[in-house]
Amino acid sequence: MAHVSENILIKGGIVADGSVKDILITDGVIHSVAVSLNAGDARVVSAEGHIVLSGLVDLHTHLREPGREDSETVLSGSKAGVKGGYVALSAMANTSPVADTAGVVEQVYRLGKEAGLLDVFPIGAVTQGIEGKVLAEIGAMADSVARVRVFSDDGNCVSDPLVMRRALEYVKKFNGVIAQHAQEPALTVGSQMNEGIVSATLGLKGWPAVAEEAIIARDVLLAEHVGARLHICHLTTAGGVEIIRWAKARGIDVTAEVTPHHLLLTDELARSYDPIFKVNPPLRTERDVMALRQGLADGTIDIVATDHAPHPGESKECEWQEAAFGMLGLEHALSIVAQTMVETGLLDWAGVQDRMSTAPAKIAGYGEHGRELAVGAPAHLTVINPKAPYRVDRDSLASKSRNTPFHGMEFTAQVVATLFHGRVVFGKDRFQ
Amino acid sequence: MKHLLSIADISRLDAIKILDTAEELAKVSDTPMKKLPTLRGRTIVNLFAEDSTRTRISFEAAAKRLSADVINFSSKGSSLSKGESLKDTAQTLQAMGADAVIIRHGASGAPARLADCQWMSGAVINAGDGTHEHPSQALLDAFTIRRHLGQGREDLTGLRVGIVGDVLHSRVARSNVLLLTKLGAHVTLIAPPTLLPVGVESWPVSVSYDFDSVLESLDVVMMLRVQLERMQELFFPNAREYSRYFGLNSARLRTLHSDAIVMHPGPMNRGLEITADSADSARSVILEQVSNGVSVRMAILYLLLAGDTSIEAGN
Amino acid sequence: MNTVLSAQDVSRALSRIAHEICEGNNGAQTITLLGIPTRGAHLAFRLATLIESIEGSPVQVGTLDTTLFRDDLRLKAPRALMPTRIPSLGIEGRNVVLVDDVLFSGRTIRAALDALGDIGRPSRVQLATLVDRGHRELPIRADFVGKNIPTSLSQNVKVNLLEIDGIDEVTISEKVSA
Repeated sequence: MAHVSENILIKGGIVADGSVKDILITDGVIHSVAVSLNAGDARVVSAEGHIVLSGLVDLHTHLREPGREDSETVLSGSKAGVKGGYVALSAMANTSPVADTAGVVEQVYRLGKEAGLLDVFPIGAVTQGIEGKVLAEIGAMADSVARVRVFSDDGNCVSDPLVMRRALEYVKKFNGVIAQHAQEPALTVGSQMNEGIVSATLGLKGWPAVAEEAIIARDVLLAEHVGARLHICHLTTAGGVEIIRWAKARGIDVTAEVTPHHLLLTDELARSYDPIFKVNPPLRTERDVMALRQGLADGTIDIVATDHAPHPGESKECEWQEAAFGMLGLEHALSIVAQTMVETGLLDWAGVQDRMSTAPAKIAGYGEHGRELAVGAPAHLTVINPKAPYRVDRDSLASKSRNTPFHGMEFTAQVVATLFHGRVVFGKDRFQ
Repeated sequence: MKHLLSIADISRLDAIKILDTAEELAKVSDTPMKKLPTLRGRTIVNLFAEDSTRTRISFEAAAKRLSADVINFSSKGSSLSKGESLKDTAQTLQAMGADAVIIRHGASGAPARLADCQWMSGAVINAGDGTHEHPSQALLDAFTIRRHLGQGREDLTGLRVGIVGDVLHSRVARSNVLLLTKLGAHVTLIAPPTLLPVGVESWPVSVSYDFDSVLESLDVVMMLRVQLERMQELFFPNAREYSRYFGLNSARLRTLHSDAIVMHPGPMNRGLEITADSADSARSVILEQVSNGVSVRMAILYLLLAGDTSIEAGN
Repeated sequence: MNTVLSAQDVSRALSRIAHEICEGNNGAQTITLLGIPTRGAHLAFRLATLIESIEGSPVQVGTLDTTLFRDDLRLKAPRALMPTRIPSLGIEGRNVVLVDDVLFSGRTIRAALDALGDIGRPSRVQLATLVDRGHRELPIRADFVGKNIPTSLSQNVKVNLLEIDGIDEVTISEKVSA
């Protein structure tokens, strides 16, 4: 892995529009993009047959630092990120202490800089202690070195409609956005998995789709009323997709994300009682999965975000109802999107670049990210071999945790290199 | 059959084999021959992470009649209630050389976790897990029904069974729905809509919200325990209203046809889901259920543990 | 496969055993026949009928399943239990005659003796068998034998009975190696 910026000529890669281009990178910046370029003194790496996209941006990452460094740190999460093709992560606020002050977000921001593999943008809490009662110091976090623009109580829903309304209004001051974890708490007390046929059989307490949809419906109406921006985290239900589609048609400024696991897995997996499949919001039905894929394809759902949620072994080696919610996502997100969206013909690589790089950067206001591969742009690139089948092995992850639900699954497309400011921060094969 | 985790895992023939074996064991128990040497040298652990005196005692009696060594591992004061993980517990049992673990646990799926994990190798018998299943209870219920109404048949074809009450939270109901329908009975769930699970429409049963309208057609009325705490969770307005619509009382008892029997897995809330005179009536087979429980559990232990469990059961 | 006893041979052997049992016990009053399922049980009921016709009075007859007392349970897949039916007078102080189809290692009879011991204390226990094929592994012998058939361990002896197999006969065949 190169730790200093070098001049690189990536030859013969397929860029998002499907054309084959050479890309010359000098001083961390894209120097030129053309059909055929001279290397000069640059190292030449062939990317023949590979896809070259603008570097991936995750809008939903749990890096666990500060507080739970046993499961992940900013550094280990950064390593997992670049292995998955990411050049920017958004660190969720539900750390310990909660990222509800300028001090904590600046600490996370600084840890990201020290790790230096990609950009770590802290997300600020909406309310103090993510307790849903009193607004956090949103302005101070926005004005801090971290320049926070995305606020979320993720893990908890901002369930009080008045608190949500005030938060939506308040962040308009600096064009911020509230990312809502849509879960009506009164309908989900003690909930363990999707409420439906499988939960009825397993005797696990149900988490009904309506608990998500009711909050989404309420919040798009609130956002419309106060003219604010709203982002819906990890959409999981067919009904939720319908509501977002309706809201967008109505002109409401709402965006939505879907996770790789909700694009791939269903609640049938809970039949094993293996809590590796326990996640919040829960895995839903096949019908929901298909609606989410369709929604992502037609743009109703704007982005893929990982909700990468590392947990130590003991949090999953137990009874289902005792286990922690959450699963890893960073390292396999691109492979899963390729399998569920590209290989099915629902999305082309330009679409992948939009949903995993351009759109998330735009929602969060990460100006240096998600740009077209154009001259003068920072050289943040993800190189993908679309035909390199591999089997997921939880024992060879970059993350500090092993709670991947994808263990043993086979995927076809894989990230072979990630370039951050022109540096190969992750590279295999010829990119080493 | 290495474990008994869910009725879903056993075939109709397996179920009949268990009932037939229990029938023979019940006859043996009627003779002075109360203790059999069959499981001599086998160690069975009763792992009860949740209070249940009657199920624990029933399994313990069954194991002891077959001469197994029984170790009781109850939650009160043990490490289980102090948050020791299931993994640690399993590894401890493995180190003790347990041939089988009979587990009662508040978490649905805990027995399945124990059976599927690599932490221990013995047989796992589900003695009730959360709101999931209670297979041995269903087997003893089927055994009791067959004895009374089977007319010499090996299964329960054509019998009409009503399961009444808190189906949503009942592991007894889940196991019975699977087993009784597997054995050919027609099951009707009778409950307020709040106490039926979303997804019940996928079960092979009929559903009724009106106890009185189906009473006459039933051969078996199986009452489920209703916990008063459910009132606070808004599942029904109060005990009086619940009893009025879903309780078994002498008026309803009179409506039943002359051969119909009344069952309850216990412990009963007399006055809530069942009146005292119904529970003690001649139609009630509630105490028989308890005594049959020992024979059925002996059969389960015998079939799981007596043979070489690496060989599939033949004739 | 060789037939070593025909239907007529079986019938003759049972008749002879019935007479011997009567002689050896001074009549039928004190006898309780207990057949070991499956085929031993049918043989016990046949012997009871024969003895009744000889003595002109009813004979106590029942079945005794030995499965739960076997010492080889762990070597085989779990077996279904067969009925144990102890007749009305019980076994206390009775002359119990165990009836089985083939006497081989003697282990079934050992299990039967254990089972009996748990039920009560007979005054005497005897053993009747249609075929004794030898190869005892325990110090057990039969009091009444239909026919002694010398065999090698590589052979199977199969008793077929009308009630189950539709024909009365005893055959010997070579074991098919698995």
